[in-house]
Amino acid sequence: MSEEQLLRFELNGGEASAWVQPDTTLLEALRTHTGATEVKNGCGEGVCGTCTVLLDGELVSSCTVLALQADARSVTTVRSLLPAGDGALHPLQEAFLRHGAAQCGFCTAGMLLTACQLGESTPAPTREEIRHAIAGNLCRCTGYTKIVDAIEEYLAQ
Amino acid sequence: MTTLTPERTQEAPFDVVGTHTVHADFVEKVKGTLAYADDWQLPGMLHGCVVRAQVPSARILSVDTSEAASVRGVHSIVLAAEVPHNVIQEQVSGLGAGVSMPVLAAERIRYAGEPVAIVAADTPAAAAEAADRVFVEYDELPAVFEPRRALEPGAPLVHESGNLLVDWRFEKGDVEGALAASTHIVEGTYSTQRVDHAYLEPEAGIGWIDANGVLTLRVATQVIEHDRQLAEILGLPRNKVRVSGTFAGGGFGGKEDMTVEPYLALLVWKTGRPVRMVWTRQESLLARQKRHPFRMHYRTGITADGRILAQEIDIVGDAGAYPLLSERVLFAGGVTACGPYDVANARVRSRAVFTNNVPTSAFRGFGAMQVTFAYESQIERVAEAVGKPPVEIRRLNFVQQGDTLPTHEELDTHVGVGETLDAVLTALGPHPGATEQGKRIGRGIACNIQPYGRARFFADRASCWVGVEHDGAVTIRTGAPDPGAGQAASLAQIAAEVFGVSADRVSVHIADSALTPLAGGTYATRQLYMSGNATLLASRELRDDLTAVAADLLGTSRAVVFRGGRVFAEGDGDAGLTLGEVARAAEAQGVMPHRLSTFHAEGGSFDVATATGKTFPDFTYGTHAAEVEVDEETGQIRLLRYVACHDVGRAIDPVRVEGQIQGGAVQGIGYALSEEVEVEEGLTASSLFAEYLIPAATDVPDIEAIALEIGAGKGPFGARGIGEPPIGPAPAAVANAVAEATGVRLTELPFTPARVLAALRARAAPGS
Repeated sequence: MSEEQLLRFELNGGEASAWVQPDTTLLEALRTHTGATEVKNGCGEGVCGTCTVLLDGELVSSCTVLALQADARSVTTVRSLLPAGDGALHPLQEAFLRHGAAQCGFCTAGMLLTACQLGESTPAPTREEIRHAIAGNLCRCTGYTKIVDAIEEYLAQ
Repeated sequence: MTTLTPERTQEAPFDVVGTHTVHADFVEKVKGTLAYADDWQLPGMLHGCVVRAQVPSARILSVDTSEAASVRGVHSIVLAAEVPHNVIQEQVSGLGAGVSMPVLAAERIRYAGEPVAIVAADTPAAAAEAADRVFVEYDELPAVFEPRRALEPGAPLVHESGNLLVDWRFEKGDVEGALAASTHIVEGTYSTQRVDHAYLEPEAGIGWIDANGVLTLRVATQVIEHDRQLAEILGLPRNKVRVSGTFAGGGFGGKEDMTVEPYLALLVWKTGRPVRMVWTRQESLLARQKRHPFRMHYRTGITADGRILAQEIDIVGDAGAYPLLSERVLFAGGVTACGPYDVANARVRSRAVFTNNVPTSAFRGFGAMQVTFAYESQIERVAEAVGKPPVEIRRLNFVQQGDTLPTHEELDTHVGVGETLDAVLTALGPHPGATEQGKRIGRGIACNIQPYGRARFFADRASCWVGVEHDGAVTIRTGAPDPGAGQAASLAQIAAEVFGVSADRVSVHIADSALTPLAGGTYATRQLYMSGNATLLASRELRDDLTAVAADLLGTSRAVVFRGGRVFAEGDGDAGLTLGEVARAAEAQGVMPHRLSTFHAEGGSFDVATATGKTFPDFTYGTHAAEVEVDEETGQIRLLRYVACHDVGRAIDPVRVEGQIQGGAVQGIGYALSEEVEVEEGLTASSLFAEYLIPAATDVPDIEAIALEIGAGKGPFGARGIGEPPIGPAPAAVANAVAEATGVRLTELPFTPARVLAALRARAAPGS
């Protein structure tokens, strides 16, 4: 085995660090070393989207990124949607609950991040645009209709 | 959203039932804070890995673990000889051949992916490396991969008792006579493929020995009651194994049989350390059980005006290498093979056959899904034969309450299939017009019948403990696992309704074989029917206890009302007592403010020899419609619209019911268009998620869900189960739409562009 190296990065606005192997994925570093278990491991091959995070503001599948590639960069997970303290949910999270857009919830964290990112680039997107945006986030439970409903409602505001 | 409420459903108004509530687990899910099975870590835990066979049929000559044992960080390697009782046997009430399955293969490999050894190591990487270095020497044996070939004399035997696992024969009326008397006989053969559950959460769990010396597993499962089987495997007393189910990331039947449990349990037992085991997606695709491919042959005898006189049906399902739940899957397929149609003369043969393919078992729809493709394609052929609209032929033949299935049992509740068809046609409106050159548009309908609840001869039961706390909060304890459909949420709503509190005043503790009263697994669309009724029963019994106390305290002879967190005499508005005050007063009098109750499902006997008697407690009916565009150049089928309606009896939460219908429909669409686990000579060719195509958001339209609440079901407040029913109709709805668009009838799933093109070419070929 190769030498472990120290990874330092910004995680949801705070400092994070971990000793990782050169071949450790960002997904594994987040889940195992920083306790960011909200980032899910669904396939390990960049297909399902459950491990979606923002790396310097760009959507990536963290299972396809090496941990050391995130060195000195910023990583954002779904926990960033919750402002510390008051316990209030983000309006998009509220919309997901109101519409029943989460069933088993395994895709939800990635789906929420992708939807927020869509809002940055495309205000008030059409349903078609929403479907294209979340095409890389698979859901096996909802059939997508309620997810699109929730995102559409939130981004229309 | 659409929730139709026909007049006859009038009942007492509800406060909580029938509204959308947000249960605590969903809040944790959107926050990202809910801990799934693979999110747990324990101090000093090891990581487990399964060594799997790489050939489909062989004798094991030797297993060399020396190199694996020398990998740094390896603690333990377990082979078959060390498993105290190396048997996984389904308790199927005398059904089938009684073939058992080893936990770890000892001498014989029957499918590629079969577990041979397990490894525990300090890190996942060390465990995987050691697993790679367990060397198995095989003497490869002849294998059989085609069920029909497996039934031929001289075929290689998967098990010594023979390749035929079960042979159900349901018969009613005089089939020969009716076929002879028929004006037309319509024949069709349909085949379905092997598919994967593809829940987004792969199989995972963690295990440890607790302070009580109890081997404890926390796993993603639909069944906590495998604790009994685990105790048998390990030779432990049954009270020394505990299974706690996490909120799972989807199940769909794939977490009904044990997944990681026996391997995890063995490693904890062997090492005395906490152990975590997570299967990779690729491992899951390769080796975990799938849906049965069916080959179905239908001969349908009809009158000149399209009335079905007789059905002669032959079903062969590929069980793969071990029985798992195949006897029951082929049973359910046989029972429902005639569809929601009244067939006076029926002969249904339904066989499960062993092959050296990866085993098949439960998957949402459980045999009743595959036959929907056949009977709903067949009914269109009947319509074609008599030159009438298929909708008219369906209506002419629909079953009604009081009619009988091929098992001779009567359908004893309202059959709402006709209402679901009406609702779908109303929602569809005018037929879509023509489209551009080379693209054809068509509309297809499919109806279905799907059981809810376990077969009656299992004498199913579910228990629930309900308590009212001194502050008026309500606590529920019941063993029901929740794989994501809101099983816990529904129980909270039921108890909230009974005690007149809001759903967020109810806390639901689920799925712990040591701490929650057992309620059976979350499968067979049974949890609302079973744990829902158990919760209703326990809540009502406790409310009766509290009513007596409250009437006394209030000094009233009027009816006592529980509403808004208060308990008062009818007509007194919100005067009276708080629910908490009543609970405290009751306890002070020695009337304990809690109840443990057991709901027993409706019984009924079934005679295996004649295949007659009572099968399932009840059924859910539905109709789906697909509008498709077929590109005749590429063979691509694009869904333009999809409408799905089921009679759910009563929607405990209309939004979650719609979610079940929409999600089921899209799983059915994936099955129709793209999903297939391809197996070549016993080796899974689709072992990457990139190769196993479940629908993405861009592959499907909005699903227009309609929940009819006709109210005559056997669940709480007249509800029917809705977990499995919505997956069934999609393939036939799509096939029927394609047939209308192009004149081509697709009979083999999935409808890939290549297959559609081939069918279009065959249509165009002269003389065809």
